Order: sequence, then structure tokens, then C-alpha cells
Amino acid sequence: MIAYIIRRLLYAIPILIGVNLLTFTLFFFINSPDDMARIHLGVKRVTPEAIAGWKEDHGYNKPLLYDAAATGAAKLTDTIFFTHSVKLFVFDFGYSDDGRDIGYDIRQRMWPSLAIAIPVFLVGILAYITFALLLVFFRGTYLDTSGVVLCVIMMSVSLLFYVIGGQFLVSMLLRLTPISGYDTGFHAVKFVVLPVIVGVVSGIGSSARMYRTFFLEEIGKDYVRTARAKGLPELRVLFRHVLKNAMIPILTGVVVVIPLLFIGNLIMESFFGIPGLGSYTIDAINSQDFAIVRAMVFLGSVLYIVGLILTDITYTLVDPRVRLN
Amino acid sequence: MPFLPVFLTTDILIYLLLAAIVGFAVYTSRHEHLRVPWRQVARRPMAMAALVILLAYVVVGLMDSMHFRPRLEGLNPAERGYSNEVLSVLDYVARPLRTRVETTYSAPFAMTAYIMETVESRDGHRVREYPRLKYGGAHLKDAAERAADIARRAGAATAAGAASWLLMVVVFLLIWRQHGEPSTQAARRLVRGDSPVPWRTIWITSGILIVVAANAGYLSLYYHIAGTDQVGQDVFYKSLKSVRTGLVIGTLTTLVMLPFAALFGITAGYFRGWVDDVIQYTYTTLSSIPGVLLIAAAILSLQVYVANHPEAFPDTTSRADIRLLFLCLILGVTSWTSLCRLLRGETLKLREVDYIQASRALGAGHFSVMARHILPNVMHIILITVVLDFSGLVLAEAVLSYVGVGVDPTMDSWGNMINSARLEMAREPIVWWSLASAFVFMFGLVLSANLFADAVRDAFDPRLRK
Repeated sequence: MIAYIIRRLLYAIPILIGVNLLTFTLFFFINSPDDMARIHLGVKRVTPEAIAGWKEDHGYNKPLLYDAAATGAAKLTDTIFFTHSVKLFVFDFGYSDDGRDIGYDIRQRMWPSLAIAIPVFLVGILAYITFALLLVFFRGTYLDTSGVVLCVIMMSVSLLFYVIGGQFLVSMLLRLTPISGYDTGFHAVKFVVLPVIVGVVSGIGSSARMYRTFFLEEIGKDYVRTARAKGLPELRVLFRHVLKNAMIPILTGVVVVIPLLFIGNLIMESFFGIPGLGSYTIDAINSQDFAIVRAMVFLGSVLYIVGLILTDITYTLVDPRVRLN
Repeated sequence: MPFLPVFLTTDILIYLLLAAIVGFAVYTSRHEHLRVPWRQVARRPMAMAALVILLAYVVVGLMDSMHFRPRLEGLNPAERGYSNEVLSVLDYVARPLRTRVETTYSAPFAMTAYIMETVESRDGHRVREYPRLKYGGAHLKDAAERAADIARRAGAATAAGAASWLLMVVVFLLIWRQHGEPSTQAARRLVRGDSPVPWRTIWITSGILIVVAANAGYLSLYYHIAGTDQVGQDVFYKSLKSVRTGLVIGTLTTLVMLPFAALFGITAGYFRGWVDDVIQYTYTTLSSIPGVLLIAAAILSLQVYVANHPEAFPDTTSRADIRLLFLCLILGVTSWTSLCRLLRGETLKLREVDYIQASRALGAGHFSVMARHILPNVMHIILITVVLDFSGLVLAEAVLSYVGVGVDPTMDSWGNMINSARLEMAREPIVWWSLASAFVFMFGLVLSANLFADAVRDAFDPRLRK
């Protein structure tokens, strides 16, 4: 098991190098640092000196890949690629365009993101499984059909409408929660409730319908018939047999997103004014702060790969037929 | 010529796509085994109703994809030339909607503006009041006549719509009835829903659609049926214009990614070895970058590129168009990986199958085996993915436009409409009509796409086939 995990982690390295090269190409080859400087300085104030000054301030004044002027190892390390891309591997994210330490910002903003993402994740799974089990329990009846129709309708509505509708209904009409904002400590609860509700409700359509098909697939199998034949009540069959076996496909989709909970949800955080990593990214996109976007791309990829490894490990835990080698 | 045709890049790709679909349809209709699953789709009433609505969207989208520059009628012949403004056939048909621009917000069917203004009354006093709209309800003298006027015009439009629908049904019946069957009996069969293809559902859906369209079309000549936005543009017209954006994102993305996904997926599964390793590495790398971030990074790069190369993109239309195309490309890059993985897995299984081993033994080349034997056998996976992805892509457009990395802000899209609605919702009284209109149009498209996709999946997925 340990050997497998180590091997998987080693496999991750070439992938991260690929991600790094890709972002490097996107940010430095397609648009040279000169282009970036021009955008940031504004069209009117562009002079060669201003561009050079901007590049110097942000450390973009070095050669891209190979510094012929330097000596020894500095030929490779004294370059933009080394200072801005390779250092990401040790999670040294450098400084944003307005001079803030990105690593510090990320550590600070991680918590509000998690305060939203973890409840959405946990309540969501519970709600979707319950709803799907309910539909399966009443399968073939009008309740099931109308439940599925409801799911299709709900998954045809954009997340944006759930957010706007939720804010309008709960905050503006009923005045139950603040529209947006965030607070530290225990006071955060009242700000977290609405985003969590919206997050869970917006996912019901697609997830519950998918889980329902997982359950139905299991329910047609022989072991379920055996369980019924030996006289188990239907609820017992559903919870003890069907749910347990349907967990395997459910887990595949679920475990992989756990690490990604850290980087938060872009839409929810910016709509509800949560100072998490999602809104951090959106702000960076809007102010064209490439350093932050680059850091978030790298972080996201790392977390995704961690998620894939976790998925494989959970597989062996829930399904003894799967062996890692 | 009274106009000069303009072909935007996305237009050409849309025509290509249309040609591909027609070619595929012709090919399918000549092969019985390919027709069987489609026949199953055609027997699902829900799917057919969804198809009717989808077709209505497609017609609007196609009308909006034929662009031209109208001729300017100058006084002397030397001045004559073509306007710089690029219009589409939809713009031409909906001329009254496009040109009747008010000054600011107004509610649906309103006769007065949303914001109070100080105006000088006849006796010289300055009073604060809601000014009358320039076009909306301008034919009426008094606000009291409005309800009766709307009802009368709606009645007339409904009657006209119903009449033309009835005419179409009659023509359909004459063609549809079996040889020697009296029309009354064919009509009875239609009403009872006694046909393999659910014609009754199709005609009921079309009837509702035609009546609604007739009402919308006729009433919008006299009112702003979905209100106007901040700069006084008709919201109904904007929603119609957004149809093309949604369809382009949903379809061109797939068109762009399909060749790559199919080629890489099949070659990886077929050749295995180092080819497989390289392709697997590529798609794992791409899929490990969170989609939104990759799109953001790419769109930001494009923005910088366009800003630094103004000479390549002379007008806003071409700038918006290149951004739309680029968005499709990058969405394609993020979405081809899952299809590629599916195709690789299926090809791995298929290459060991007897008939493929046999054709290899008989001397068929690698390429012909892949094209003649493997591709047709993974076609169902491709088809299911294409139809299932469509609605997700339309929804993604709205979210991306909100984040600021979607289509160009000057382009009409539901995402941009929702985005601007955020500020409108905070006004008092709230401006709800932009949001409502975007919601209705988007919901209609996505819901019917979902319903149709479900039917296609049920018919083509061998695991679900009974």
C-alpha cells in the first residue's frame, strides 16, 4: 500500500511539470512580460523605461529560460522560468502584482472557503443519497416519476439563478440571513447558512438523479433478490445491501473533489462576498493578476492529483475485489 | 447588390457543422442498423416535444448566423458603399425591435419609463413624472386603454397563429394519411395519438409554440413585451440574440474537440505502448488543471493578445467573434479529456474482438481498421457524449460570463444578461425582467436539450437497451 502511494506520488511529478510548462507557455510565451507590463501600465503611460521599471519591480526582467550572462548554475536559476515556475514546486508562490505574499494570502483565505465548502459537501452528500433512496424506495410509482421530472427541471436551471433566487427569497423578502458578507469565529454562521443551502439545492438535480441510477443498477442484481427472498424488509435491503454496494460508484465521484474543497467555489464566494480562495481567484482574474492565477492553477492541479490518489485508496477500502499494484 | 454578405469565423463553422449533421443524417437513413436507435428516439413523446422546441431555437440561431452589411444609399454614386455595421438576418427580421430604443429601463408592456424625470407640463410648471415611452404603447392615448388593447391584439395574434397551425395540420394530414385512407380517419388517428411516431404530441407542442410566437411577434410591434434594459434596448430582442451565443457554445465546442478526442482516444487504445503513455499523460495533465482556471488563464492571455494587436481585429463584431471562437476552443480543450478516456477504454476492448483480429490477419492496415471497424463501433459513445454535454456547456457559458472569462461583454448572451441583472435586483422597485427573460429562454433550451439527450442516451447505450 505504502509502496503504491509512493509510486503514485512519483507519477504525479511529470504531470505537475506538464501543468507548469503549460501555464508557463500560456503566461510568458503567448504574452511576453512586455505585453503584461503594457496592460498594467495602461496604454497612455507606456514608455520603454516604464515597462522596464515594471518588469524590474515584479522580477520579470530576467531571460525566459536561459541566462547566458550569468555564471555556473545561475545560468538556469536566474531566469523567469526558475523564479516564477519552478519555485511553485516547493509551494513558494512569490508575490502578487500589488506586492502581497501569495502564500500568506492563500493560508488566510483557505478557512472561509472551507467554512462554505465542507458543509456543502457533507450536507449535500447526505441530502442527495437520502433523496435518491427515497425515489428508489418508491420506484415505479408516480412519486418516483415526479421526483425524476423535478430533478431534470432542477438541473436545467443555472447555478446563477439559484444564487440570485436564494438571495432574493431568503435575504430580501424573508430577511432571515444577510445577503452577503463574512465574519470571523462563531458570527460566521449566519453568513454561511444561505450559501450552504443554495449550494446543496443547486446540486440536487444532477446528483440525486445519478445516485438513483446507481441504486437502480444494484437493485436489479441477484444478491438483492436473495436478500428479499430470505424475507428482509425493503428498507433493510436498501440500507444494508443496496446502499453499501452503490457506495462504490458514488465514492469515485465524491472523493476526488475533497482536496479541491480547499480552493473554494468561485461563483458562490463572489456572490456571497466570502473572502475565500474562490473570490481571491475571481479578483485576480478581474485585475489580471497573473501571478495569483498561476499559483491557483498549480495549487488546483496538485489538489486534483491528490484527489485521484485518495480515490484509488478508498477503492481498496470499500471494495475488496480491487487490488492496487 | 443591396447587401454584402459577411462570413464570421463562427458562421463558417456553423455551416460546416450543419453540413456534417446533414451528411450524418443521410448516411444514417441509408443504414437500417443505424436507423433503429433513432426510431426508438422518435417514438418518445417527451423527446419529440423537446426536439420541436430545440428546432425553434436552432431556426433563431441560424437566422442570426447569416450576416451581411447593408448598402448605404448615398446621394452621389461615389459615396455609395456598404455600411460598417454587420447585421444578421434576425436583425433584419426583427428590425422594429432593434431600432425602437427607449432611453432607459421600462417594465414589460409598460407605457412609461421606470425612472421619474422632471418634465415641463403644458402650463409651464415643472413636474416630476414618469415620462411616456417613445415606442412602447405609443399608439395609445390613455393608460386605461392598455389592458383592452393588449387583450384585443393577443386575441388576434392567437387566432392568426391557430389558423396557420390548423392549415399546417391539414396539409400534414393530406401527406401523412395512408394510401386510400379517408382524411377523416387519418384525423381521428392523429387525435387519438394512434401512430408509432407521437405526431399528436409534436403537433400540440408546435401549436403552443406557434401561438406563443405569434403573440410575441405581434405584441412586440406595439410594446416592449419583456421590457427594456438600462440603455433602453428591448430585452426580448436581446434574449433572441443570445440564442445564437448559447447554441454556438454548445455545439461548436463539441465540433472542435471531437476530432482530437476521437483520434487520440482510438489511437491510444489501439496502439497501446508508448503512444498510449503519451496520450494518457497529455489528458491527465490537462484534466488535472481545474477547468475554470484553465479557461480563465487562456482567456486572459487572449485579452492581452487582442489588446496588443488591435490591427488584426478592426471592429467589435470580429473581436467578439474571435473571443467566442476561442472560448469554444478552450472549452473543447477542457472537455475532450473525458471522451478521450472513454474511447480509449472502449478501443482497448474492441481491438481484441474477433472481427478486428480477422481483418488484421487479412492484411487490413491500421488506419483502415480504425476508420472502418473501430470508429463505427464507438460512435454511440461519441453521440451520447455530444448530446449530454450540450446543456452543460450552455449553462457553463452563463457562469463563465459572470466570472468575466466568458463571451465578450459587448456580445448578447444570457450570461451577460444575468450578470447585469445583479445590480438591477438591488434597485427599488426591482428590475426583474432581464433576469426573468434570460431565465425563461435559457431554461427552455437547457430543459429540452436535457430531455432530448436522455432519450438519445436510452436509445444508444447498449447497457440500457432492452
